[in-house]
Amino acid sequence: MMLVWFNRRRLFFGLFCTVFVTGVMSGQVQLTGKIYDGAAGQNQPLFGANIYHLKSKTGTITDENGNFTLDVSILPTQLVLSYVGFKTDTLEVLSPSFISFGLTPENDLEQVVVKTRRSSQFISSFSTEQIIRVSSDELLKAACCNLSESFETNPAIDVNFSDAVTGTKQIKMLGLTSPYILITAENIPVVRGAAQSLGLSYVPGTWVESMQITKGAGSVTNGYESIAGQINVELQKPVSDLPFYFNAFLAGNGRQEFNAHLNTPVSDKWDTGLYLHGNQRKRLVDGNSDGYLDTPLAEQINILNRWQYTDTEHGWVSFINARVLRDHRVSGQRDFRADLAPESQNAWGSLIDTQRADLSAKLGYVNPDITWQTAGIQGAWSAHNQKSSFGLRPYDIEHQSAYLTLLYNTIIGDTRHKIKFGLNGTYDSYQERLSFDAPGLNLQSFERTERGVGLFSEYAYNDTDKLGVTLGMRLDQHNLLGLFFTPRLHLKYQILPKTTLRGSVGRGKRIPNIFSEHLNIFATGREIMVEGLDAGSSDSTYGASGNFYGLDPEIAWNYGVSLQQKVALGARSMTLGLDYYRTDFTNQVVVDWEQVGEIRFYNNSRPSWVQSYQFDLAYSPWGLFDLQMAYKYYDLSTAFDSGDKRPILIPDHRVFANLAYSLEGRRKDHPLKFDLTLNWLGNQRLPELPETAALYGQGATPSVTTINGQITKQWGSVFDWYFGIENLGDLRQEDPIVNGDQPFSANFDSSMVYGPIFGRMWYTGIRYKVQ
Amino acid sequence: MKKLMTLVVLFMTISLSAQDKNAKGSLEVDGVCNMCKARIEKAAIKITGVKSVKWSVETHKLDVIYDARKTNLDSVAKYVAIAGHDTKKFTATDEAYNAVNPCCKYRDEEVVKAHQ
Repeated sequence: MMLVWFNRRRLFFGLFCTVFVTGVMSGQVQLTGKIYDGAAGQNQPLFGANIYHLKSKTGTITDENGNFTLDVSILPTQLVLSYVGFKTDTLEVLSPSFISFGLTPENDLEQVVVKTRRSSQFISSFSTEQIIRVSSDELLKAACCNLSESFETNPAIDVNFSDAVTGTKQIKMLGLTSPYILITAENIPVVRGAAQSLGLSYVPGTWVESMQITKGAGSVTNGYESIAGQINVELQKPVSDLPFYFNAFLAGNGRQEFNAHLNTPVSDKWDTGLYLHGNQRKRLVDGNSDGYLDTPLAEQINILNRWQYTDTEHGWVSFINARVLRDHRVSGQRDFRADLAPESQNAWGSLIDTQRADLSAKLGYVNPDITWQTAGIQGAWSAHNQKSSFGLRPYDIEHQSAYLTLLYNTIIGDTRHKIKFGLNGTYDSYQERLSFDAPGLNLQSFERTERGVGLFSEYAYNDTDKLGVTLGMRLDQHNLLGLFFTPRLHLKYQILPKTTLRGSVGRGKRIPNIFSEHLNIFATGREIMVEGLDAGSSDSTYGASGNFYGLDPEIAWNYGVSLQQKVALGARSMTLGLDYYRTDFTNQVVVDWEQVGEIRFYNNSRPSWVQSYQFDLAYSPWGLFDLQMAYKYYDLSTAFDSGDKRPILIPDHRVFANLAYSLEGRRKDHPLKFDLTLNWLGNQRLPELPETAALYGQGATPSVTTINGQITKQWGSVFDWYFGIENLGDLRQEDPIVNGDQPFSANFDSSMVYGPIFGRMWYTGIRYKVQ
Repeated sequence: MKKLMTLVVLFMTISLSAQDKNAKGSLEVDGVCNMCKARIEKAAIKITGVKSVKWSVETHKLDVIYDARKTNLDSVAKYVAIAGHDTKKFTATDEAYNAVNPCCKYRDEEVVKAHQ
């Protein structure tokens, strides 16, 4: 940054033989002088220093002896003196005497730098959509081992407690569960289909470079499925990631994780990166002595290889990615043996074994002359194979998926009007095998193939000032969904310089993968019933004729408004946010837990809706202290057969607070960081029929408060050590397993988790970085 | 041969007009901050024929891509001056300059100093 610096004292210091001539001197005057290195003294002249008039910007440069001559038409005048590596200075010249001036080297000066610290998550007031941008700094605030845990410090996303079966934390947004959120990695859907329940745990936290969270309708470029919002994750890139990175983690519940990144250039245009992740949990933990593991035993190996091609001169960039994954989880009673057949033992246990492979490639072109013209092609393929059993109930799913997108960006007239055109094709093939009843007798198979092709266009207007409009439209032809139209609209208006109003409307449509989205239904003694299926016959195959479980697709409209206000408080600013989102399901697949011994899936006969209210606040009262707070209220109504009710296990009120403080000692690059996160959840409804009261108690859960804290010590950019405690208050859900002593009975239920099962837990880890 | 010449001429005309359509140029515009940036860029982008603009707070350089058949750099400079920002060719009138936000008064050294 060019610094123009004016100092009257220095001016007097710099002027030789001062003869004060008051008043204005007119006529052509020749000024002569010498510029030297102020730190080294007058015998170190600066050759090639710039001297120019502040007003007219005309000037000259010094010769090899640091001397210059400059014609001046009027005195007094102001001259700017500049030289690379030195602080630019402004000199007021009052008289035509010889000027001798020493410039100060840039690094020599004791200067007060007012640094604008950007918080690690923020909503840009420039973007039309309500997008929360999360940097990797934010991800270090909590011990996020994988993507499902990286939202813990984010007020937009609600993270649930990990259930005892999968050990995975599910997320919610605007009161809707993750199937209604489109989760992509570099714009390729990742938590989808067979990976819906566990997909978040297949993305290790260290692989994440940054995230963008869009509340509400979202963009049409990634499909028609998103309803509550979109989360896009940018992964580490071979060019920008560190040459070597290593992370190891250990937690009180026996969880061990390691991550290693290796990045290297291969040629002047190619770079490659190898990202390794492994985790395991081998210790049997049963803190509440109910005979069931508090967290599953787990084992995961996850390897990603990325190749990046960059040719900035010609505007080409490309990525090729390959990933293989193996994940294994065992849960249930302590005595359960994963190596023996479930039917040969008396203990109840669950076993989930997943293998997955992903291949993807992306090629992008930016016209180097006309930067608004860009084109891209992106393709992805994945194969997912999950074999699992829950007690005597098997559930196997195979899912092959292919995805291809072509995208072209240009402008209409000028860069205020941007337009995008695209085409995408999807292919999904599913094969599922499961038992509707707990004894594993009512075996069913489902098969279906989905093929879709969509055309989309998105127009974005930004008047570079107050107004922003993004209108997206897509038309899709799908073999099971038919021909349909998806509109999405986002508006932004800056009412006042510090007040931004946003609004959005959009439609979403999706095929529910009822079993893979609700893995927890299998970990009960309940019988699964799908309305529209003839569930009586065993070993029947459904879906081959182009049906999905005999259900209709889910269709919803989402509307939202949000207000963002910046308030200046002293020298610092506070950001206040208020938003309201409403989701109207014209068609929803309802999951009904209301009757004893049954879980029923059916299409709603009346509309269902969700309303979400949020108030949030972000403030840095002083120094490196950051505060974030949010209050949320969810008002839901689902059209159950037994009447309109709130769905189960969704809190009505929620309070979130995060405090971050960075303590800088003598060395600024060796800070000690403190983070504290508080979550308070209001009551959550449990299945409430009279006959279930004995099982589930009062019909509602008590409120739950959890506090997590973490301390991080950094040693420059080389080494970090962190230590944290989850659930400081040692709060536990008593008896998380319903009818745990009779695991093979119809009333067995291990899915009703609303609070932490494991009490207070410590964890620690290191990060080692080679720059 | 004649055909080839015609082709060459035709090709040249096309490439020439393609150049005209997306001509590139830059000019120096005085200003101090991101508010200035918004004002300068907004004034320039509104001109018919101007397709893309980018002003740098550091270098004071305004890069413009424009349709040379519809506009030129001088008119960009003129409109920027009307918005209150000095260029080498056109100086903003005092009236226009006085209309800019007090924090953007780039002719005032105290303001310039405050933006260091």
